[in-house]
Amino acid sequence: MKVPVSWLREFVEIPESLSGREVSELLLNVGFEVEGVDTVGDVRGPLVVGLVKSIEELTDFKKPIRWCQVEVGAAHGNDATPGIRGIVCGARNFAEGDLVVVALPGTTLPGDFTIATRETYGHISDGMICSVRELGIGDEHDGILILPAGSAAPGDNAFPILGLGDEVLDISVTPDRGYALSMRGMAREAAISQRVSFNDPGVVLADLPEAGGTVIPAASDDYQACDLLVLRTLGNYNPAAPTPDFIKARLAAVGVRSISLAVDLTNYVMFELGQPLHAFDADKITGTIRARWAKSGETLETLDGVQRNLTTEDLVIADDARVLSLAGVMGGAYSEISETTTRVVLEAAHFNPVEIARMSRRHKLSSEASRRLERGVDRMLPPVASARFAELLIEHGGATFEGTSGVEQAPDPIVISFDPNLPGQVAGHSYDAVNVETILVSLGCAVDTTNSVWTVRTPSWRPDLAAAIDLVEEVIRIDGYEKVPTTLPTAPAGRGLTELQKLQRRAGLHLAGRGLVEVRNYPFVGTAEFDALGIPADDSRRHAVQLANALSDEQPLMRTTLLPGLAGALARNISRGFTDVALFEISSVSLLSADQSATGVTNPPRPSVLQRPTAADIDALEALLPQQPLHLGALLTGALKPTALGAKPTPATWSDAIDIALALGIELGVEIEVTAGNLAPWHPGRCAALSINGELMGYAGELAPKALENLGLPKRAVALELNLSVLLAAANTVASAPAIWTFPVAKEDIALVVKADVAATDVLDVVCAAAGELLEDIRLFDVYEGAQVPEGHKSLAFALRFRAQDRTLAAEEVAAARQAGVDAAAKSFGATLR
Amino acid sequence: MSAPNKSFDPVEVTTLSPEALAGFVSEAISAISAANSLEELKDVRLAHTGDRSPLSLANREIGALPPAAKAEAGKRMGESRGAVNAALAARTQELEALRDSALLIEEAVDVTTATGVRAQGGRHPITTIQEQIADVFVALGYQLAEGPEIESEWLNFDALNIAPDHPARTMQDTFFIGSEDSGIVLRTHTSPVQIRSMLNRELPIYVICPGRVFRTDELDSTHSPVFHQVEGLVIDKGITMADLKGTLNHFAQSMFGEGIVTRLRPSYFPFTEPSAEVDLQCFVCRGTSVDNPDAPCRTCRSEGWIEWGGCGMVNPKVLVATGIDPEIYSGFAFGMGLERTLMFRHGITDMRDMVEGDVRFTRAFGLGV
Ligand SMILES: [Zn+2]
Repeated sequence: MKVPVSWLREFVEIPESLSGREVSELLLNVGFEVEGVDTVGDVRGPLVVGLVKSIEELTDFKKPIRWCQVEVGAAHGNDATPGIRGIVCGARNFAEGDLVVVALPGTTLPGDFTIATRETYGHISDGMICSVRELGIGDEHDGILILPAGSAAPGDNAFPILGLGDEVLDISVTPDRGYALSMRGMAREAAISQRVSFNDPGVVLADLPEAGGTVIPAASDDYQACDLLVLRTLGNYNPAAPTPDFIKARLAAVGVRSISLAVDLTNYVMFELGQPLHAFDADKITGTIRARWAKSGETLETLDGVQRNLTTEDLVIADDARVLSLAGVMGGAYSEISETTTRVVLEAAHFNPVEIARMSRRHKLSSEASRRLERGVDRMLPPVASARFAELLIEHGGATFEGTSGVEQAPDPIVISFDPNLPGQVAGHSYDAVNVETILVSLGCAVDTTNSVWTVRTPSWRPDLAAAIDLVEEVIRIDGYEKVPTTLPTAPAGRGLTELQKLQRRAGLHLAGRGLVEVRNYPFVGTAEFDALGIPADDSRRHAVQLANALSDEQPLMRTTLLPGLAGALARNISRGFTDVALFEISSVSLLSADQSATGVTNPPRPSVLQRPTAADIDALEALLPQQPLHLGALLTGALKPTALGAKPTPATWSDAIDIALALGIELGVEIEVTAGNLAPWHPGRCAALSINGELMGYAGELAPKALENLGLPKRAVALELNLSVLLAAANTVASAPAIWTFPVAKEDIALVVKADVAATDVLDVVCAAAGELLEDIRLFDVYEGAQVPEGHKSLAFALRFRAQDRTLAAEEVAAARQAGVDAAAKSFGATLR
Repeated sequence: MSAPNKSFDPVEVTTLSPEALAGFVSEAISAISAANSLEELKDVRLAHTGDRSPLSLANREIGALPPAAKAEAGKRMGESRGAVNAALAARTQELEALRDSALLIEEAVDVTTATGVRAQGGRHPITTIQEQIADVFVALGYQLAEGPEIESEWLNFDALNIAPDHPARTMQDTFFIGSEDSGIVLRTHTSPVQIRSMLNRELPIYVICPGRVFRTDELDSTHSPVFHQVEGLVIDKGITMADLKGTLNHFAQSMFGEGIVTRLRPSYFPFTEPSAEVDLQCFVCRGTSVDNPDAPCRTCRSEGWIEWGGCGMVNPKVLVATGIDPEIYSGFAFGMGLERTLMFRHGITDMRDMVEGDVRFTRAFGLGV
């Protein structure tokens, strides 16, 4: 909120010596962050009030020019004509006897325009008579600014009169402090922050003249929603009456456009006191003005020109004929103040903040009024604020007071039992009871300290103070957070990270150590990306959580796979000139079960927050959510490591993708099984399915050419994606030590010729099982396809290592074990020994 | 071989005279030191210690000496051969050392051309700063807590004292799943992990929770719809705001250096009361740039303090919502943005660098930050 310091000074004595920045620092200490300090106008130098003594019309020129004698005070005249300056002026909207603003030579106006004495139109012009536009404080007309007669004396400094040079603080107000969205509220905080007295403008009713006229009656149909409604009716209003310049200047400083006197005054009083007001054209009103719930089917055209359909949840202000406004949110077009309005009825009300917040949210309509009312406005303000409005409209708009009407149902006052030791217990140091009482009183509380537990009655302007902890916060805040000491609490002995957390770190370190670069992509995806990857229509990865308000229509889904994000990051790197790029990501994905909807449920559980939810409540909340396992994805193109000098580059292949997964398994102590797999977007002939103890947990290999083409990625790029949660869980077991046998080893190699489509690991498994317990290790060391083996076949060469626990193996034993392996391969796969 | 000696006078065997032996030795030694390679030395060795060498020939004469003279001549011969062998060994060693060092010089390479050993990998600084912060608190006995990114609205808002119509909900622009009534959101902060901790863990609770969070901001140089926070939560008997301040100062010092402190400014969060903004003392200028135009500080814009996060004492309503008795237990919570922390700590000027995945960015941080 914008707060002109001069406006604050009306209610609190801020020493003239304090700059806006110093006031800001004091406010910061009590919790009001000042985001900026601006100075009104860009004017420097001698700007004074002048009285036009005489005007001589000069007619010898193309346009009419005036030669004026202006009284500018004894201190500002020149030697020849004490107290008087001769000024040439082209404007004509002023007369002899008017009070004007004179920029004396040496004054610099906005645009870095410095006034100097100069000869023009045959006269020495010794200054300038200013317009609002030239002063930079308005742009509504080019005419000379004329001050109200008698409002100042010639020679007076014009800066304070015009609000020029005033500092305006831009204060961010937290949503709990509705009262601070006003000069009254901020002045109170400024007074507290400086420990000076505060002159509250929000408690005393303005003296209004005797009422005389017809009063429009008021009613409230629901005191829960509107417990106070005050109407002030005024007649004989002059709709052409101008808004006084000081009010315009202040409204401009707080960022409000001047519209008409009546509307400007509602805004002025709202900024001054914090009470939103609404002025209706009283001649448009039929019967009683009433706060009530809208009927279904009713509509209202609001001031912003939008036709709104109302529901029974909308609180409205209506008369006997129609809905007039959305209560506390925005007025209606029908009854707005116009150029012909001569009778005004002002509404000032107290509404339930929750209802205002709901309406504002439902209609996506936030106004200065709703912003205050949803945060809570002083319930005692409507009579005071409306009287203040009436007083100003009578003074500046020539209006007469016709009368007041109103209804109310006063709520019980808030009384808090307060242990004065509580602030000390919360802060960790003691507060003197007198200090605590002084602070509470400065906020406006009535404190009864008779008993050891005090009784505190909170002020009407602080509906946010409802419990003892609220008072604790205020005591610590006003006393100063800087006075709270520092201690370090002692946690119970910890067990450090969990095994899973440690393993997850190791996985990332391992991959980075192998030369992969970690990325953290956005989780948003779209069907176009699934299409590009070639993911089939019935693939469960397309059953993705859907956002209601995605930033982009192209990406309304939450990822079920890390590959789209990795593909995007890879494409970006390639477009920036990199050819060897290996990326990985460790992030969660969201996987819906078949019976979970992509758009959630319609009636989610909302357990009470007044007690711990039951186990069933917690289960129901959890059931809303998709599974969110951690995935690990990697996408590589080009060489993983720098190529040695003179050597040929060796781009990563399908085998590297699988090896990355297997090596990670070794790092984490998990054996990952590889079988032939087939899942988009992988190349169907170069895709490995990865499992742990038979449980499928990922895929690795080369990506399908079509997918790479669709994604705009280089040919032969390779990728892996696995469920890291499964891998880490498998790793989180205690390994058992192997038996180390020390009798001599016997080594045998066998080459088996099998059909080309037989998986080497299947052959290995069969040989391994058949060779029995003497086989200590078996390893594939060569695969051959070519002239030496029949067409459509391949030769698999295995190295076998035999050893016994208790003896040196005899040659016949080794031969028998080897033969058993060969025979089993022959039986299972038709393998022949090469 | 000379004729048998009849007189038994050793002096008469001239080759065994001390002068003769000394001559042989000195000839040998000068030949040894003149040898300039191991090959030359091999020839010298043969010439001066071989069978046909003067010393060997003289040695044969000892047998012809009378017994009384044999011992003396034998001793002289031993000394002579010892001197020659010692010279040979010394020269061999010298020449071998010369040969070895010549070989090393010959085999020298340009070590700056080494390839294939530089790891090109790197970990994202967001990952590593999460670990670094976790480690600070794990060392204090905290546990690392985690929670899902797609979260129920109840945990993200309701349980944190942010009622459905509370203005605070409009402070955070929330991604909803399905519709605004689904009760499911992308978590807007890591605070639901607090609620999960309070619901699921034994008291007392000391947890640190880093994680990814979401708000509907468009990506620009200072905003991202996806970003990261770290949140700390303590629930124990007698926890005070002083404990909160001390913990934040410890955190600041662990991350930014000895003596760096924090400052609390009153603020508002529905889930804490009292609430505060946390400012970090500028770790670059330590406040010396304030009102000192000659030495401006870019990190804190010469304000001396950097906005770091929010904190407060856990609101009793939050304790009640999770079944913890606020009469017995109290606690504090604090939270910081990690992107922001990285930006001011490492001079990152554009948020987009952290989300685009450019390998140059991440490689700059290596395996840690
Ligand atoms: Zn600094």
